[in-house]
Amino acid sequence: MNVIEMIEKEQMRSDIPGFKSGDTVKVHVRIIEGLKQRIQAFEGVVIRKRRGNSRSNFTVRKVSYGIGVERTFPLHSPIIDRIEVMSKGLVRRSRLYYLRNLRGKKARIKEATSIR
Amino acid sequence: MKIIDYIVIEKKLDESMIKGIIGKKLGMTQVFAEDGAAVGVTAVEVEPSVVVQVKTKEKDGYDAIQIGYGRIKQKNVTKPLQGHFNKANKGFFRELKEFPTEAGMYEIGQEISADIFQAGDFVDIAGISKGKGFQGVIKRHGFHGGRATHGSMFHRAPGSIGASADPARVFKGTKLPGHMGCVRKTIQNMQVWQVRTDRNLLLLKGSIPGSKNGFVIIKQAKKKSA
Repeated sequence: MNVIEMIEKEQMRSDIPGFKSGDTVKVHVRIIEGLKQRIQAFEGVVIRKRRGNSRSNFTVRKVSYGIGVERTFPLHSPIIDRIEVMSKGLVRRSRLYYLRNLRGKKARIKEATSIR
Repeated sequence: MKIIDYIVIEKKLDESMIKGIIGKKLGMTQVFAEDGAAVGVTAVEVEPSVVVQVKTKEKDGYDAIQIGYGRIKQKNVTKPLQGHFNKANKGFFRELKEFPTEAGMYEIGQEISADIFQAGDFVDIAGISKGKGFQGVIKRHGFHGGRATHGSMFHRAPGSIGASADPARVFKGTKLPGHMGCVRKTIQNMQVWQVRTDRNLLLLKGSIPGSKNGFVIIKQAKKKSA
């Protein structure tokens, strides 16, 4: 194995659940305030996953008080406490940028039933 | 007063040790810091270098050691160099580099590995930068260039390089288009992120000059210490 790959494999976490674009996830993020540490959840739709060993990241979109908020997390970052997959979504593409132009009822994603 | 004394003592200790080593750039990746920050690091392979020659004040006028790095086959070494390498009898090397040391610290054939550095140390890295070919003044010298639209006819050209009547010539050293890259560049005050003696690896925070598999010289930083 080449050395760069080895370094990246070491950085990777094994406790990350599998999820895809269109799934609704709840990301529990560690926040350090001075000496104290607390956990904040960010729940929304995964609109993008970028792959690449430890460099992978994903973007979660939610609408908060009528304003769209997107946050990109490194998938293997130590600031992520855990990721909960709330529901599986049925989507036909991997990058859901079209959601940015949709509001309300149109911005819903059909939930995938047991067979995907 | 006390603080100053301490610095002097520390510097003296450092001077007796070798301050540099040769390595090979392997590429870049990112690692996570304890606080979750993603840090871009360059992996440099530092296989143990061998002291090929010890220069002494009596014989050569100064104290230094010459180290070899990058093993090659005997058939690829010229006969005079073969004789030179045979004195150490530790194989043949692609790169030779001299580092100043104090007298009597090292002997011929001794191996020097990555553990002369520690995580947190500051180092200067020298390497041959990637060749960019013939480049214009915007890429080569950071000129701003002209306006792209609104009828502008001045885009990436260098502009005036001198007046016609006085001085009636182009000053020497004027920044003009030409060959860029493929020169020795030194990056100062880079931090060592991690030293891994098991794989002969140094992880350095940030980017370093040159392409993958290029040779770099890693020296203790001149202007900063940990």
